[in-house]
Amino acid sequence: MNAPLGHIGDQPHQRLVAAEPIVRLDKISKIFAGRDGQAVTALQKIDLAVPQGSVLGIIGRSGAGKSTLIRLVNGLEKPTNGRVIVDGADIAALPEAELRHARRSIGMIFQHFNLLSSRTAAENIALPLEVAGYDKAAIRTRVNELLSLVGLADKRNRYPSELSGGQKQRVGIARALATNPKVLLSDEATSALDPETTRSILDLLARINAELGLTIILITHEMAVIRSIARDVAVIEGGRIVEQGDVFDVFTRPQHEVTRSFLADETGRALPPYVANRLGPEPERGGQAVIRIGFRGPHATDPVLARLARDLNVEANILAGSVDEIAGRPCGTLVIGVPEASLATTLDFLKQYGLDTEVLGHVA
Amino acid sequence: MSPEMIRLIAASTGETLYMVAVSAGIATLLGMPLGIFLATSGKGELFAAPWVNRVLGVVVNAARSTPFIILVVAIIPFTRLIAGTSIGTSAAIVPLTVAATPFIARLIEGAIREVDQGLIEAARAFGASPLQIVFKVLVPEALPGIVLGLTLAVVSLIGFSAMVGAVGGGGLGDLGIRYGYQRFMPEMMLAVVVVLIVLVQIVQTVGDLLARRLNKRVRQA
Repeated sequence: MNAPLGHIGDQPHQRLVAAEPIVRLDKISKIFAGRDGQAVTALQKIDLAVPQGSVLGIIGRSGAGKSTLIRLVNGLEKPTNGRVIVDGADIAALPEAELRHARRSIGMIFQHFNLLSSRTAAENIALPLEVAGYDKAAIRTRVNELLSLVGLADKRNRYPSELSGGQKQRVGIARALATNPKVLLSDEATSALDPETTRSILDLLARINAELGLTIILITHEMAVIRSIARDVAVIEGGRIVEQGDVFDVFTRPQHEVTRSFLADETGRALPPYVANRLGPEPERGGQAVIRIGFRGPHATDPVLARLARDLNVEANILAGSVDEIAGRPCGTLVIGVPEASLATTLDFLKQYGLDTEVLGHVA
Repeated sequence: MSPEMIRLIAASTGETLYMVAVSAGIATLLGMPLGIFLATSGKGELFAAPWVNRVLGVVVNAARSTPFIILVVAIIPFTRLIAGTSIGTSAAIVPLTVAATPFIARLIEGAIREVDQGLIEAARAFGASPLQIVFKVLVPEALPGIVLGLTLAVVSLIGFSAMVGAVGGGGLGDLGIRYGYQRFMPEMMLAVVVVLIVLVQIVQTVGDLLARRLNKRVRQA
């Protein structure tokens, strides 16, 4: 019963290449009966496959359906149509008793932690184990392991009211991991935390993913959360997945309007107001074209502006920009202004280097 | 105050304590499951049974809106069935229990509904059954509220018990009416009121203290 912490992580590589994803959503739709009998479609045509050991971030605005989506995975919500397969079992079709058993291998953490105020940190972590029928000695050993895993060994006898937000979420994580789950669901787990605490909680989740090989599905409305720990991302809007893929690809080449708007807050994507306010749709005589250049991977640090000046004799104005790292790979954004006359040649030149370009508009 | 008066007050206090303690005990045993059920059987809840919930709700409301003195008389046949007689201190326990049970059920329902829904969701997510959710999550989390509710119920029972003199129930209220009012002994009336005030103070203080010790929601000083 009391598997050691390394239990799941023993063969992470075998698991990573396993063909069957640990979580698979198959043509899911969810329709709620709303007030005055009107049906509300929360989700439609959702297909999603989450490989074992991966970290999937689902991002969407509030009301986009992401909460419903994540609750389908552990059967807190039932789909109207479609199948939810977790570790080979059809969650939506399981009888109640078997579903409860299956939930032990799907941990969940919450935005507001949802800890019992009447139980200490250690007692909160012990609760899923009590429910699963572990004996007292096994519970004690497991709780101690978990407390040290999340770095709260010295707070074991504190009540939630005596803990900070970050500490409460660590208790929440330890509780979610108590029964050695294969999947961890994170429902806006850092949305109630300050940036620094968010950082430390995300680091803990990344470490758990790496060390235990645990698959993590997290929902959030913050791109910063996705970029710091997710490898795959799905963007959800109006109950549909509008874009999904590798985080690096989606971040550097967003296809959908919603994705772009989420990325707008990211450094280097938003234009400074003095440029944005003057930007027009039509070229002006003697004016400049404003181009956004995306640098990805190997080209991220190329001295492209120097080459532009040397080879084409084009003098570019730098208007905004940044160089960053997403999912461990370098990438950059540069917004430049070039004379209208040399726009076409500049774009050709940049494409030769394999850079993404986008003409944002024109300024006088 | 004569020794005879003191003896009467002591005996009546004993009767009041006996009636209140026994009826509060039984009413808690009955009201607790009823209250838990009322709190968890609404639409979409743990033991969803909306119609049963609604019917029980109506019954509970009806019992609670019947004036106690009318209830005492109305259920005399039932009292006789349970207690063998409809007169005396032990018989008075029956109407007191019948009046207190729905009251306690509503107080417990209220305390349990105060528990954050997120805790139920978390417990479902880690595989707890509905009964485990009730006994490992809802009741422990609601305990401070339940204790305060029971305190209120006991205080109310002390008040109700003053009326069972009408069926020979005895107790402090009865003493106050018979001696203080009917025999023009204001000092007896005063003594009875003082004893009742002291009783209620003790019950309330103990209840508050217990509830505060059980409440871990606020930082302990």
